[in-house]
Amino acid sequence: MSASEVQIEFYDKQISMSHGAGGEASRRLIEGLIQPLLANPLLDPLSDAAVFAGPTGRVAMTADSFVVQPLRFPGGSIGELAVNGTLNDLAVSGARPIALSAAFILEAGLPTEVLRHEVEAMAAAARSAGVSIVCGDTKVVEHGRADGMYISTTGLGQVDPRADLGPRRVQPGDQVLLSGPIGNHGMAIMLARAELEIEADIRSDTRSLVGLTAGLVECLGSDLRWMRDATRGGVATVLNELARDAGVTVTIAEEAVPVDDVVRGACELLGLDPLQVANEGQFVAVVAGEKADSALATLRSIPGGERACRLGMVTAGSRPCVLAKAAYGGVRVVDMLVGDPLPRIC
Amino acid sequence: MCLAIPAQISVLLDGEHAAMVDIMGVRRKVSTDLLIDDPPAPGEWVLVHVGFAMSKISAQQAEEQLAVLALLGEASSALEEVGGYERDGQAES
Amino acid sequence: MKYVDEFRDPEMIRKALHEIHALADCRRHYRIMEVCGGHTHAIFRFGLNELLPPNVELIHGPGCPVCVLPMGRIDDGLELAGDPNVIFTAFGDMMRVPGSKGSPLESKARGADVRIVYSPLDALKIALKNPDRRVVFFAIGFETTAPSTALTLLRARALGVKNFVVFSNHVTIIPAIRAILDSPDMRLEGFLGPGHVSTVIGCRPYEFIARDYRCPIAVSGFEPVDILQSLVMVLRQLRAGVAKVENQYGRVVPWEGNLAALRALAEVFEVRPHFEWRGLGFIAHSALRIRDSFAAWDAEKTMPIRGIAVADPKAAQCGEVLKGVLKPHQCKLFGNQCTPEHPIGALMVSPEGACAAHFKYAHLELPQQLPILQG
Repeated sequence: MSASEVQIEFYDKQISMSHGAGGEASRRLIEGLIQPLLANPLLDPLSDAAVFAGPTGRVAMTADSFVVQPLRFPGGSIGELAVNGTLNDLAVSGARPIALSAAFILEAGLPTEVLRHEVEAMAAAARSAGVSIVCGDTKVVEHGRADGMYISTTGLGQVDPRADLGPRRVQPGDQVLLSGPIGNHGMAIMLARAELEIEADIRSDTRSLVGLTAGLVECLGSDLRWMRDATRGGVATVLNELARDAGVTVTIAEEAVPVDDVVRGACELLGLDPLQVANEGQFVAVVAGEKADSALATLRSIPGGERACRLGMVTAGSRPCVLAKAAYGGVRVVDMLVGDPLPRIC
Repeated sequence: MCLAIPAQISVLLDGEHAAMVDIMGVRRKVSTDLLIDDPPAPGEWVLVHVGFAMSKISAQQAEEQLAVLALLGEASSALEEVGGYERDGQAES
Repeated sequence: MKYVDEFRDPEMIRKALHEIHALADCRRHYRIMEVCGGHTHAIFRFGLNELLPPNVELIHGPGCPVCVLPMGRIDDGLELAGDPNVIFTAFGDMMRVPGSKGSPLESKARGADVRIVYSPLDALKIALKNPDRRVVFFAIGFETTAPSTALTLLRARALGVKNFVVFSNHVTIIPAIRAILDSPDMRLEGFLGPGHVSTVIGCRPYEFIARDYRCPIAVSGFEPVDILQSLVMVLRQLRAGVAKVENQYGRVVPWEGNLAALRALAEVFEVRPHFEWRGLGFIAHSALRIRDSFAAWDAEKTMPIRGIAVADPKAAQCGEVLKGVLKPHQCKLFGNQCTPEHPIGALMVSPEGACAAHFKYAHLELPQQLPILQG
């Protein structure tokens, strides 16, 4: 049954403090709206905890919180981000997702229609990834707090036995791959905030990376050294974390960085570096040098991986850093961001 | 102070000194008040800074400059013939 | 991107570098100042410093309007933001600059209504949409940006807007250049002129540099090819023993400047007798204040501004770095107490400030041989 066919029996037009108080109103919200939209056998009993048989081998567990303004933006919304973001943390750990939890903090006065939209978005994202939201919680805070709604999640996954990932596995000679064009999510959000009065057809790239990462683990096994999704702070932050954690220098080719034209235009106008802009559907993978070609071929053969590319390579370095080299020989240091990217006029 | 971007005028806005410009698909309204003495037309390129068109971009000058640049790094005798980019004291069109 | 990519072409860059290497006389050491913060940013962004011959040294000048703003002016602005009726608007560049009690972003986190705008016209629009609030626009920038503020004030007056004021911190470039040239500890061979300021003021205002100080100056664009071509022009003049003003950025800079912009400036602003520049002290006739005829839109005339004076920490050597006398790493606080994450001076906060740029690049030893990257 698709989300739009689900009958909900919750008739309050907006969320109020009583919906978070644990009594009758809370029950109406959970049984009338949240559970029907997320329906699955582990959630449906609505007990204090979801109980199920555990996976064998290594387990991955991740926690995430989502605080985004505006709640809806071109290409997605907070609910979708919450599910995909959690799945992606599991994905880049070499894990197949097993179950998710979702806790809501709602602002009193939030229109029910908004909450419904987000829960539906979460249900759809979870369904597409073949995973269920098996437990959760709801609290309501006074009007003026929570920016509409905040969502916190945890994700549980089973780590593929072939995956052996970590900064200690990264070595000089390894190659750095990127799943696709960058900067879309952060720019979509920035423009959606409307203060800048700039219009562009830029959409968030929020998506689950599970298919791509699983494909890499299967193809490369232990020749896949390290993966990370490039969210807040962009690819620059992820590469700097790699350099610092592995104690290496990462050098990328300036011309290899994939950026959609319209994203580039928006970044140039606002004086931003696409490498520092957030993504919600891209990851960086470090692979053994001699396996880079087959890794790329694998990624490109999986739906969603068509624009995967080689970014650069890992070398030994006395001081961990990330460098970008241009075709004419110019070198610049690629920095981690201090805070969020801000438009500039100078 | 310094961040200014070349943008193409897509449409002039009626009743005000303003235009919509396009930068690789990014659209923004800019004021053309600073170009009131020589207003731009759709299709022309302007330099945009903080929501204002500061100057028209001269395609001809850009081409001439690129032609001069292409000769740099060659034998110095070829270079001595090229004085074209020294324009002190002359009004620009 | 048209008019951008052509001037970032790798082959063009290589040719220009080749020319510079051929022109630079190995018996001389060239100190060439690039005045504008945008040039500083571009030089680091495109890795041009390391590609120049070792005897061609680029000195970063004080053309960063954020860097030269005294902390007291930021404190004054943030006191206005503390009023719950006020919507405080400014460019993104200002948001992380620390006053003595924190930055605009920190004020925002404490509940002040602080908003980033891309254009002063957008701040005026916020005022029109919020008639019961007072909108303050914290205006910064050199002559490139001042005309935009002037036109916004003209529009505010034409519309009879009653809830919009500007706190003007506009400064002018020529007095700063003169202060640098007159500084006894400076020795400069040439200048790269600020290309975008020049779209407003034209090229004539720089003639005194060539005439009175015998320094060649090339008014320069901001793409790597522009900067390198400007260096070629300056080196050629030095080799020929001449000093004049050249317009490298002719595709955009009119020799006589933008008369409409200059008219707007004259109508709305007047020159302050003096203004304090952080690190450089008081410079005469170097800043713009709003004329009495626009008093209703002048924050300094309509709002309680105390005129807070905040001295920089004694150990901070922002002034000497701004003047190009010291290199950033020669300041005693550089890299210890003063870092991009805990900036003491604005040169470290603003990404185009000499110290922030230096912190990222020069204090890392770049490897001599970089790996060849394929496809």
